[in-house]
Amino acid sequence: MNFDLTEERQMLQDTLRRYLSDKYDTASRNKIIDSDAGMSAEVWAQLAELGVIGALFTEEDGGFGGKGFDISTVFEELGRAGVVEPFLDTAILGGGLLAAIGSDDQKALVEEVIGGGLHLALAHGEPASRFDLSRVETTAKADGGDIVLNGRKAVVVNAEAADHLIVSARESGSAADKDGISLFLVEKDAAGLTMRGYPMLAGGRAAEVTLDGVKVPASARLGEAGKGFAPLMDVIAKANVALAAEALGAMHSAVELTREYLTTRKQFGRPIGTFQALAHRYSDLLIEMEQATSAVINAAGHLEVDAAERDRQIASTRNLIGRVGRLVAEESIQMHGGIAMTKEYELAHIAKRIVMTDHRFGDTDYHLERFIELSAA
Amino acid sequence: MDLNYTAEEVAFREEVREFLKEKLPKELSAKVKARKHLSKDDMERWHAILNEKGWLAPNWPKEFGGAEWNAVQKHIFEEETARAGSPRIVPFGLSMLAPVLQKFGSKEQQDYYLPRILNGDDWWCQGYSEPGAGSDLASLKTRAVREGDHYIVNGQKTWTTLGQYANMIFCLVRTDTEVKQQEGISFLLIDMNTPGIEVRPIILLDGVHEVNEVFFDNVKVPVENLVGEENKGWTYAKYLLTHERTNIAGVGYSQAGLESVKRIARAESANGKPLIENPYFAARLAQVEIDLMAMATSNMRIISKAAAGQAPGVESSMLKVKGTIIRQELNDLARRAVGPYAMPFPSESVEGDNDPIGPDYAAPVSAAYFNNRKLSIFGGSNEIQRGIIAKVKMGG
Repeated sequence: MNFDLTEERQMLQDTLRRYLSDKYDTASRNKIIDSDAGMSAEVWAQLAELGVIGALFTEEDGGFGGKGFDISTVFEELGRAGVVEPFLDTAILGGGLLAAIGSDDQKALVEEVIGGGLHLALAHGEPASRFDLSRVETTAKADGGDIVLNGRKAVVVNAEAADHLIVSARESGSAADKDGISLFLVEKDAAGLTMRGYPMLAGGRAAEVTLDGVKVPASARLGEAGKGFAPLMDVIAKANVALAAEALGAMHSAVELTREYLTTRKQFGRPIGTFQALAHRYSDLLIEMEQATSAVINAAGHLEVDAAERDRQIASTRNLIGRVGRLVAEESIQMHGGIAMTKEYELAHIAKRIVMTDHRFGDTDYHLERFIELSAA
Repeated sequence: MDLNYTAEEVAFREEVREFLKEKLPKELSAKVKARKHLSKDDMERWHAILNEKGWLAPNWPKEFGGAEWNAVQKHIFEEETARAGSPRIVPFGLSMLAPVLQKFGSKEQQDYYLPRILNGDDWWCQGYSEPGAGSDLASLKTRAVREGDHYIVNGQKTWTTLGQYANMIFCLVRTDTEVKQQEGISFLLIDMNTPGIEVRPIILLDGVHEVNEVFFDNVKVPVENLVGEENKGWTYAKYLLTHERTNIAGVGYSQAGLESVKRIARAESANGKPLIENPYFAARLAQVEIDLMAMATSNMRIISKAAAGQAPGVESSMLKVKGTIIRQELNDLARRAVGPYAMPFPSESVEGDNDPIGPDYAAPVSAAYFNNRKLSIFGGSNEIQRGIIAKVKMGG
């Protein structure tokens, strides 16, 4: 047993933490959130140069990491600083799928992703699919040598900035079948593809995407026809590790801000942290943070095992992080009082990031249900 | 023990329902139910409708133009208006300042200000909290120094709700620095248009401008704007806070919130079935509903006591804590219920009539979840309430 980061990961963590604490303070981050693009091209390029994206890919795919603990190391730091740039979407989901099942031509794009020159988005969820990953009603129909896509995709994060979208569509089977789902690499300006973009509550942008007779060549298909579900589950497993680690990083920041506030804010002539009512609640947060830290280690450490056990571990982690995340976000705000309700205060954004991770790829209840199913299997 | 309302109370409820059916403008109730932000005009319009009926000031004695309802009637009114989606009555003039003026104000102050509150001539805001004086309100530092016929006021107030609409502010100010904190505070009425006052917006985490900072730089306030006696302001402030705590349980809001969560959960589906049938979600919802049913009865127990003339004691603190926990839990459930559609930040669709991004019910729920974290912070935080409960019950 060894719970220390490897030397490489330790360096990555130090570099990332130093860069973000220098360049990504509350004011500059809030300016990024309020900008039209909802992200900073400069920050993106600099983080790519520091190797943040490369760390999310294996050597085989042109990176220098790509394991569970690489993902958790990077995303915990991104979470700590409340980073809104779409590393999850472009690198883990989009780049991850290209690397895993892309043709040689498609795989060639991974290098551009690692270099920071290409953005991607996964257009999978639909208006009625909620967290049900196999519910795909968007259709893909052969038309001569081409394929025609029709349907709607909901809350597609990073869709507007993406050069290509990876679109899931059904080639056979009924609405919730796992078989029959294919993935297609679609250019953003393909005819028939329209999007309605909007900002998200915790920063960044997403869009509702409509595919109205979008024609792509058969070579746009990623991997085998109708066999897209399993590789999708693989990248979503990585995304779940990333989301849990990101929430954990943000939770660390929330607890640290709370500690600072409890020791400096005075009411009734003394620091409010000296009131036992608050001191004990702060201690409870620390106790739960140990649980959360271990839960992320569990998920990251099981990313490379067989899919059934991996998914059970991930469900347990995301359930625990969901519960502790809500506790940390709400208690941190409560112990601060009004100041934490203001947009300008760091905790406001951090709390939103924590809570909003519970709306991607399953919430606390979804992962509880899934854990029970997978444990019974 | 009788859990039923009397015949008179039932008839009163009918009268309120009838009135709301007839007079509550549909576009206002639609906005409230969709949790859209109300404009100043919306709020003033509803006040005028209630005022015409004589129902704008349920708390006030008849001699001042109020309805003088008992606690049960007020409760029925609150329950029915919440259910119908009425705008909230803006409380600052009507239920905070007015009771203080009625009990401690001069005849001139009563004659001048009270009709103006009813008629909507003045919009009041509350100048209590300061950056350094939140839960510890008595440590406030805004200074008022008497110079001839005026007080000169210097300092800063914060969390001033809807201060951007106000033309008047009632303030707690320090008039004596030599005595015990509570004994050097006075209650002043200040015209917001006086030179030296600056209002700066505070934008909350949901992007909304609801509260403000108010700065006072050598602001001249005529001495006749002092309420009651100099240095007795703390007594009046405490009196005001007991009025702020009526309807503290928010049963009507929670009942409306529960209905709204159920509506969402019937429309949403999880794994091909309505979300409301999902056992995990249904269990959470049931727990809150069970808590709310019990709290509604706790609330009625206290209301009956109050109607019989007994002043509520720590029970109002207990209701504040339980009531806010339940409301916040319902906000959490609404956010959960909409799944991925909790992520968009559709400021335009909350404000205006634009097409919603996902289902129309999804647009406001995340912002409301974050905004309503304030419920357990303001009006005496839940920690302060717990302190009061323990102190009173342990005889401290």
